[in-house]
Parts: sequence; C-alpha cells; structure tokens
Amino acid sequence: MAIFGKLRWISRSFTSLPANPLRICVVGSGPAGFYTAEKILKAHKGVEVDIVDRLPTPFGLVRSGVAPDHPETKIVINQFSRVSQNDRCSFIGNVSVGSSVSLPELRQMYNALLAYGAESDRALGIPGEELGGVYAAREFVWWYNGHPDCRNLAPDLTSTDTAVILGQGNVALDAARILLRPTVELARTDITSHALDALEESSIRKVYLVGRRGPVQAACTAKELREVLGIKDVSIHVKQADLVTTPADEVEMKNNRIRRRVYELISKAASSGPSPPLPGQRELHFVFFRKPDRFLESDDRSGHVAGVHLEETTLEGDDLGKRIAVGTGIFDDISCGLVLKSIGYKSVAIDSLPFDHYKGIVPNVGGRVLSDSTGDLPQYETGLYVCGWLKRGPTGIIATNLYCAEETVASISEDIGKGVLTSNSSKPGREGLLQLLDSRNIRVVQFDDWEKIDAEEKELGNLKNKPREKLATWEELLQVASE
Amino acid sequence: MFISKFSRLGAHAIKSMVKAPYFTPRTSYLPVVHNHYLRTLRHEPFCTGAEKNADEGSEEKKKISVTFVDKDGEEKHIKVPVGTSMLEAAHENDIELEGACEGSLACSTCHVIVMDVNHYNRLEDPTDEENDMLDLAFGLTETSRLGCQIIAKPEIDGIRLVLPAATRNFAVDGYKPKPH
Repeated sequence: MAIFGKLRWISRSFTSLPANPLRICVVGSGPAGFYTAEKILKAHKGVEVDIVDRLPTPFGLVRSGVAPDHPETKIVINQFSRVSQNDRCSFIGNVSVGSSVSLPELRQMYNALLAYGAESDRALGIPGEELGGVYAAREFVWWYNGHPDCRNLAPDLTSTDTAVILGQGNVALDAARILLRPTVELARTDITSHALDALEESSIRKVYLVGRRGPVQAACTAKELREVLGIKDVSIHVKQADLVTTPADEVEMKNNRIRRRVYELISKAASSGPSPPLPGQRELHFVFFRKPDRFLESDDRSGHVAGVHLEETTLEGDDLGKRIAVGTGIFDDISCGLVLKSIGYKSVAIDSLPFDHYKGIVPNVGGRVLSDSTGDLPQYETGLYVCGWLKRGPTGIIATNLYCAEETVASISEDIGKGVLTSNSSKPGREGLLQLLDSRNIRVVQFDDWEKIDAEEKELGNLKNKPREKLATWEELLQVASE
Repeated sequence: MFISKFSRLGAHAIKSMVKAPYFTPRTSYLPVVHNHYLRTLRHEPFCTGAEKNADEGSEEKKKISVTFVDKDGEEKHIKVPVGTSMLEAAHENDIELEGACEGSLACSTCHVIVMDVNHYNRLEDPTDEENDMLDLAFGLTETSRLGCQIIAKPEIDGIRLVLPAATRNFAVDGYKPKPH
C-alpha cells in the first residue's frame, strides 16, 4: 500500500503539477488546518500542501472535541475530506512535530503553517488541584470521544452522586449534558463504548455548573444552553437572587445579543422553577458568583477529592464585558466526588518556536510568526505562519477558523507576491519528509489509510446501531491503518 | 407561508435523519447531499400549484431572480427554482457561500445579509434554532439570515443577498441588536 501511495505521488508530480511547486506543510488537521489548506490550494495553483497530524486520524476537535450528540456539527468533515482528495494535497498522520521530526527539520523541507491548536489546559493554581477525581474537562471530553491519549482515563463515576464542573462555557455544558443525558439517547451516537458503559453505571445524579460571574456573563451560547435545559427528567436549579441584574448588566446585554439570549433562557428556566423532585430524578444546578478557593480531600479516601471550597464573588471594573469577579471573603462548600475544570484550553510550545507563555499563543501579526516583537520594526520568521487557536487563543467556534484562515492566507499570498516565499528546489517537501520519517522507522498514516479506519469504525458502529464505533487506542488505530 | 413551513418540516426531517440510529455520515462530492430528501418532500405542493395555473404556468414562473453580492462587491444574477434554498442555489451556481453543516442548522457559515428590508420582511421569522446560529455569525446585521433557511418563493423574487465579508465594515458599525 505504501508503495502504491508513493507511486501515485510520483506520477502526480509528473502530470498535473508545476515542476517545482511551492511546498507548504500544515501542522495540525483540525478546522484551522483544513480551512487554511483549502484556501491556499484555491488561491495558488502552483502550491502543494501537506497536512501532518500527531494522530493517525484527521479532523482534530471535530473528531475529539465536538460532542457525540452533535452529529450535524461534524458534517464539515465532508468538506475537509474533499480537500484531502485534491491532487495537490496530502494528509500525513502519525507524525508528531517536535518528536518525529523537529521544527527546524520541517522548515528545511517546507514552508510551515502551524495549526496544532491547544492540547493542554489552563490550571487554577489552587490547593488540591492534583487530587484524584479532579480532571480537566478536556480529558473527560477526549475520553468520551475516543482520543487515544485519554482512553484509560477511567473517571470514577460510581463512588459519588455529585459532580462539580468549574466553568460555564460550551465545553462545561457539553460535559454536564453527557453526565446527565439518558444513556439510551447517547447509545445512538458515536460516543465510545467504554464511556457509554461507564455512564450506564454512573451514580451521578447532581451536576453543579459553577461560574465566577453572573448569568449575564455566562460564557456558553444559546444552543448548548437550550439543550442542557431541555434534558429529559432533569430538574433545573437557579437561585432567584442571582438573576437580579445591575445597570452594567443591562448595558452588556443591550450590546451583546448572545449574552441577552443566554440570560433570557436562564431566567426563563428559573421562573418555571424546579418541578417537585421525583425519586431518582437528576438535578442540574447553576451556581453563579463563586470562584474555587481550594479542593477538599476526602477523610476516608486519601488522595481523593471530597468537595470544592468556594468563595463568593462580586463584579468589579467599568470596562463592560470585561468586569472581573472579586472575592468577598464569604465561603461555602459543595461536596462532590468528581470535579471537571472547564476553564480553558492552552496551547503547548514546541522547541525553537517563538511562544508567548502568558497568552499561550505564538506571537504573530496576521498569522506571520514574529521572531522578535521587542523592537520598533517587527521581525518575522521567514516561511513560518500560524492559524487557529495557536494564533489567537482557544476561543470561538469552527467557523471562526474560516476568518482566521482567510487572514493567514492573505499574509501568505502577500509574501508570495513580494517574493519572500518562492518555490525553492532546496526544499524537498513531501519526498524529503517521507524519507526522513522512513529512516526513523515512523510509519505514516495517509488519507487512504484513514479511510480504512473510517470504514472499520462505521462497520463496528453498524453492529451496535450507532453511526460509528471509534477505535480508541493507538494500537487499534495503527493496526487497522496498516491492514 | 405554507412553503416555508413545509421546508422547515424538511429541516427537522434532516435533523432526525442525522440523529437516526442507522445514519452514517457519508463523504460525498455533493455539498448538499442531505437536501435531496428535502427537495423531494418540497416538490409536492408545487406540482399541484403548477397544474392549477397550467395556462400561465411556464417554466419561468417556477423560478425567481436572485442576486448575490460577493466579497469583492461583484454581483451575480441567478435564477432559482421555487422551493430551493439559497445555500443550494449558491452552490449550484459556483457562488462561494460556505455551508459547513450542509443545511442542517448546526453552523453559521452560510450567513447572508438581505439587502432590502421589504424582502427580509416577507421571509418567515427565524426559528429559535436559526437565531442560536445567527448569534455566532460574523458581522451580524438586522437583516441577517442563514442561506439554508431562505427558500425561494415568488414573494421574494428579486431578492439581493450580500455575503458578509463584503460588508465587514458596515456590519460592525451599523449593527443594532434586534429586539425580540
């Protein structure tokens, strides 16, 4: 198969391509990577784009982030697959930039565009964060979505009836919905079996969504909120006092349609009030104006979390939309055996890459990577660009990457126009990369190998009346890819 | 009015199809594959209507004129069969309107701005689900809609739709939240 693939590449280079195309390597095959690749291919007929990914599977967070009960959101995979099938584009999976190949090596072979997103988490930096039962929401999401790095997370869902989720963004709401939604409904999705089995056994009945600010500032969007409020057999709890708005809140809502619609949904849910609790009914509690102070350790289960110590907050500052939560010195606790920290993702630096550790991004102007931003005149890294979360921080939706990619591709086009980027025979591109990886015994996964994984997953899913049963270990993925 | 209610039913049908246990997302070269189902659903009422007005019911009657204004301000005039969504029409005519979720109301990428408020007012009000997506649309205006939810009907003949990138500046300056 590998020989076949190489032959196809060689024949391609003889037929449809200019003798010496400009070679760009996109690092990361999520929405930012694919949208950028699509736009480069469209704008420049003489450019070849290779998309490398650390995983054997493409599509980044569309596969491992989007919730299993949001199949419509994943339809964008069709568009990305069409990009991969372009003659001038290849997917090369199972290649980790930083270990399989270093960034300087990659840049000798290609002009590089980094779009590898945010694979780590912001930390709270409070005592007890390392206790058992305290997870980053990202890990929980990767676990139920079959990311091979979290296959063995095994969160304990049977020793407690209460989970606390810190944060009120869409990731927090997704996690709450997965914990509370009837498993018969989840069973029809592409949620992984190991997660479904654990959720079927789950004893969690109460989920607290804790936010530092109020219902006007909640970071979620209306769609996700509407869904979580509508879960079957879940009673919704909101304190009436938290719904009182200040003049500053009113201004914020007037200026921001999302904030207004989110607030309206929360207050509507609160006014209809929790119906008298039925035995065994699950509960969702919105807790506003609280920030975590420390995690409490269990007395009878050493090293495990037993609760969260919260400080009441109030909002300060006049900068609308950016008012910050300040502690009031009044504390209370919520007892729980599971905590998911959903306070933001964080990008990871790779060696020799300029990185702003405070903002967690690669310093850039319009997607051009800055080598030195201290002087008056910005100094750029030639042939190095950035897009997506690594460029602007871990916020926004899939479509945000459309505009982000447009901006980065405009910078690339300008540099091609100015002659900063030229097709250069000293950059061997794909051929050089594959040779190097081969010499290091790294087996790459090309798009047709991924299609084998895809077909296998769909077939396994079919047996269980699910759209897909994801292969969730490295071994299985690589095994099927090489069949 | 019947038309767009019907098409909305269609949208729900798509959603339930997508959620149905046996559904497997297909990789297809056709960007609007799911809408074939919708189109067959939608044709029925029109066949009846066309028969009734057989005398005047030429092919022309079943199409309306639509103008798309692209990112560079260039206009493209197309004829769109009644019952077809603006997303489908754009793709059939090589107009660069994104459609990440292929018309299943799960993204905001087919956002268009209706130029004439009279045309805008002749559309059915957006559903909560469409508004949820419009919340996230780039450069939202008071006459923004999702292209997949605007279905061609005689009342909106001559409608002009702007792709938002062309209007980035006025969209930011002129945006006023629309009261519900």
